[in-house]
Amino acid sequence: MTISFTVNGQDRSVDVDPDTPLLWVLRDELRLTGTKFGCGIAQCGACTVYLNGMTRRSCVTPISMVEGSDVTTIEGLSGPEAEAVQAAWTAIDVPQCGYCQSGQVMSATALLQQNGAPTDEDIDNAMAGNICRCATYVRIRQAIHDAAKTLEG
Amino acid sequence: MTRLMMPVALSVVLAFPAAAQDLRAPSEFESIADPSERSAAIFEEMGKVLTHPRCLNCHPKGDSPTQGDDMHPHMPPVVRGAADFGAPGMTCNTCHGPENYETVGVGGIESVPGHEPWSLAPVEMAWTDMSLGEICAQLKDPERNGDRTMDEIHDHMANDGLVGWGWDPGEGRTPAPGSQQLFGQLTRAWIDTGAACPG
Ligand code: FES
Ligand code: FES
Repeated sequence: MTISFTVNGQDRSVDVDPDTPLLWVLRDELRLTGTKFGCGIAQCGACTVYLNGMTRRSCVTPISMVEGSDVTTIEGLSGPEAEAVQAAWTAIDVPQCGYCQSGQVMSATALLQQNGAPTDEDIDNAMAGNICRCATYVRIRQAIHDAAKTLEG
Repeated sequence: MTRLMMPVALSVVLAFPAAAQDLRAPSEFESIADPSERSAAIFEEMGKVLTHPRCLNCHPKGDSPTQGDDMHPHMPPVVRGAADFGAPGMTCNTCHGPENYETVGVGGIESVPGHEPWSLAPVEMAWTDMSLGEICAQLKDPERNGDRTMDEIHDHMANDGLVGWGWDPGEGRTPAPGSQQLFGQLTRAWIDTGAACPG
């Protein structure tokens, strides 16, 4: 079955089983490997992308659901919030092994797009589904606060 | 003879899906002569659905839903949010799609439940830790039932898609007892007999 959608602003069509997870399509068909597989059961957040601008776990997203939609992956993330997050992340070296980090950055950027001055609680609520095996949580929280400050300023 | 009959009787019982047997039809309450007693008895029957984990999990009193037949806290941890739809950056539709979706991963979650729309019931419609009588009173109170008339309550129970998801919850979840059609008929009968609440 042919499914058409955009990824990072570009028109894409794939011919796959409609039940195929979006994550498989991104990584195996379109070779966008920045989005990671951690669990396949919506428990870790490593596979987070945006579907029509909202966070979405691509491992539990059948490609049939994506028809006609706009997908944004870590490779195409842009805008002031994304830039602030990227700068804050590198400034304090948030990643350890890095495996979870594209998902963390996607969720953190989505939070800041909707809430320019998040509290610790707002951050915990938005990031609770993004697991980090290296436990970089303290730095993630710090970097989100730092990014919010640069956006303010 | 008796020894032969037993396994046959048992296999007949087991051949019927448990859920279909679990909910009695309104006609089974006709022997109760007093309408208000009958009405309350019908509501008790409806209670088998209302207090089933498929319904209670998303009618929580607090800020977070539960999940599973044992009603454990939702994993990952999620909050109700301003619109009963999760927190900014992690709304319900981050994981829940328009349909149930069988997962490809391992780890005991056979499917992620889905429906369009998918959200928590508003907090004034919370059912956890409430007696059936309290749930009944709440269902009739427009302040706490989404400003619905009794006909609209019937329509919600009998036809709402998200309510109906309770009988089609996807792999790895026990469906609510009976069927939505039967639940709708019970709701109709409860209303027609005066919508009495169990004591
Ligand atoms: S891989 Fe999708 S949430 Fe873990
Ligand atoms: S940095 Fe290693 S899993 Fe998060």
